[in-house]
Amino acid sequence: MFGRKKEKETGREGMGYLSSLPLRVVTVYVPLVVFIILLLFPFYWMGLTTLKPDTELLDLNRFNPFWVTMPTLAHIKKLLFQTSYPRWLWNTMLISVLSTFISIFCAVLAAYAIERLRYKGSRFIGMAIFLAYLVPPSILFIPLATMVFKLGLFDTRLALILTYPTFLIPFCTWLLMGYFRSIPYEIEECAMIDGASRFQVLIKIMLPLAVPGLISAGIFAFTLSWNEFIYALTFISSSENKTVAVGVITELVDGDVYHWGSLMAGALLGSLPVAILYSFFVEHYVSSMTGAVKE
Amino acid sequence: MAQQTQSAVVPPKITFWERFENNRNLLGLFLMLPTAALLVTFLAYPLGLGVWLGLTDTTIGREGVFIGLENYKWLFADSVFWLSVFNTFLYTTVASTIKFGLGLWLALILNQHIPFKSLIRAIILLPWIVPTVLSAVAFWWIYDSQFSIISWSLMKLGFIDQYINFLGEKNNARAAVIIANIWRGVPFVAISLLAGLQTISPILYEAATLDGANKWQQFRHVTLPMLTPIISVVMTFSVLFTFTDFQLIYVLTRGGPINATHLMATLSFQRAIPGGHLGEGAAIAVAMIPFLLAAILFSYFGLQRRAWQQGGGH
Repeated sequence: MFGRKKEKETGREGMGYLSSLPLRVVTVYVPLVVFIILLLFPFYWMGLTTLKPDTELLDLNRFNPFWVTMPTLAHIKKLLFQTSYPRWLWNTMLISVLSTFISIFCAVLAAYAIERLRYKGSRFIGMAIFLAYLVPPSILFIPLATMVFKLGLFDTRLALILTYPTFLIPFCTWLLMGYFRSIPYEIEECAMIDGASRFQVLIKIMLPLAVPGLISAGIFAFTLSWNEFIYALTFISSSENKTVAVGVITELVDGDVYHWGSLMAGALLGSLPVAILYSFFVEHYVSSMTGAVKE
Repeated sequence: MAQQTQSAVVPPKITFWERFENNRNLLGLFLMLPTAALLVTFLAYPLGLGVWLGLTDTTIGREGVFIGLENYKWLFADSVFWLSVFNTFLYTTVASTIKFGLGLWLALILNQHIPFKSLIRAIILLPWIVPTVLSAVAFWWIYDSQFSIISWSLMKLGFIDQYINFLGEKNNARAAVIIANIWRGVPFVAISLLAGLQTISPILYEAATLDGANKWQQFRHVTLPMLTPIISVVMTFSVLFTFTDFQLIYVLTRGGPINATHLMATLSFQRAIPGGHLGEGAAIAVAMIPFLLAAILFSYFGLQRRAWQQGGGH
């Protein structure tokens, strides 16, 4: 599952040593540097704009726009103390954590049942769950909005906590099925011969062995729900229940165009939690992404 | 009597719980319950409800009545709807093709022996990690009509003599949203394809070299055929995400200027939520399904076919 290990074992370079250094500079390093610069530029720009005072932002002739001469924290301060931003952060965190936990819980049980119990029709259900992963939120949000309204959940965070698992569970189940498949049956059978019940096997044997899978699924689910936009935009109307993505777009952007500083600060701070989480678990993240594609 | 008490005392403990635990079907059903409940209530049911809403004239605050295919007839004659269909196809085709090209290129570069490989890989995935809406805000600022850094740089370099109206002019706006989409999608394609590349054994390349294959022939006859299965899956996902995209457009242009960048998803949102016509919005969303299925089948089977063509033909 982890590409890195394989990489080292097989001596990935292959016959790379045959090509000369100048050739490698042109074919590998130059394009790579260009790619990295282009991919990172928007982040640099976000950070730079956050730190620039308004005078520098709006005067491109006196100041070099690619650098900041007098960095200021005014935009961040404004964002944190004059808007509901901290509240949105808290909402997003709460919604993401809860929906991730609900999804993992459901996915563990479902994946174990499909992969190990192999009950009647489990193949079919497995396929159905994969297909559910392909149903995009953009065709579900209208009927969901009417349901949310009828259930009296409109403009509550519960609406999002309950609907996010619909796109998280299929993914997590699919991922965990792959993990459970890689655990040998014999371990389970040994435990059952020693008198463990199915639930004990699941909790004491399978789960500890599937920890990397659980982390992968958790990180991925958390990021997906942190990034979700269309449901949050449709189901939430009052400022105090908004998530970061929706709050930044709907409340920081008002007729006045010159809020760029705090807008960028909002975008930057909203991206940080996922970026930090991601940086700690890069390998898990990559393996879950590529694992889901490979299955 | 003694037998009876025995069978009355011991078996009940076994019967229910143990039998339940040892019955795969029952236990399986029980473990599936939470998932099934959530997915049926909030996924399968809304999918059906959406189809039904598309056949009614529901608006916000008023229950609709069944009006048959009226919404679809209306949409069929609506030029904005057809424009959005055209835009969606343009957006999906152009963005997916370029994402594939650049992604494959980046994957091939990353597959070389380079220092700080895992760090570079981690950095490259960043655009894919951060919330689309928030990176779209950065693009919005980059595309600003008065303070765009691109316009400023091009002016200083002497390529243009007035600022580019990125989001206000029809084709500029289309190009701008496509570029932003590519920026976000390339890392996903690249890292997934890299994972595929790493499974190709170096022995194959050595054998090909001994047989006198040059770099291009190695790529064409070793790398591509080995990579085709994963390419088809990655591109299916990429097409799916691009086709149903909503966030980028909503932030950057809201479908403007004059509907030039409206995708089916954004049009459906605009008609249903701010416009209040839930029925019509649902009809647009439902209209996406056949196109979506066609797009998925095309990218999946199209690439699959090439797989066995390459395997058998050459």
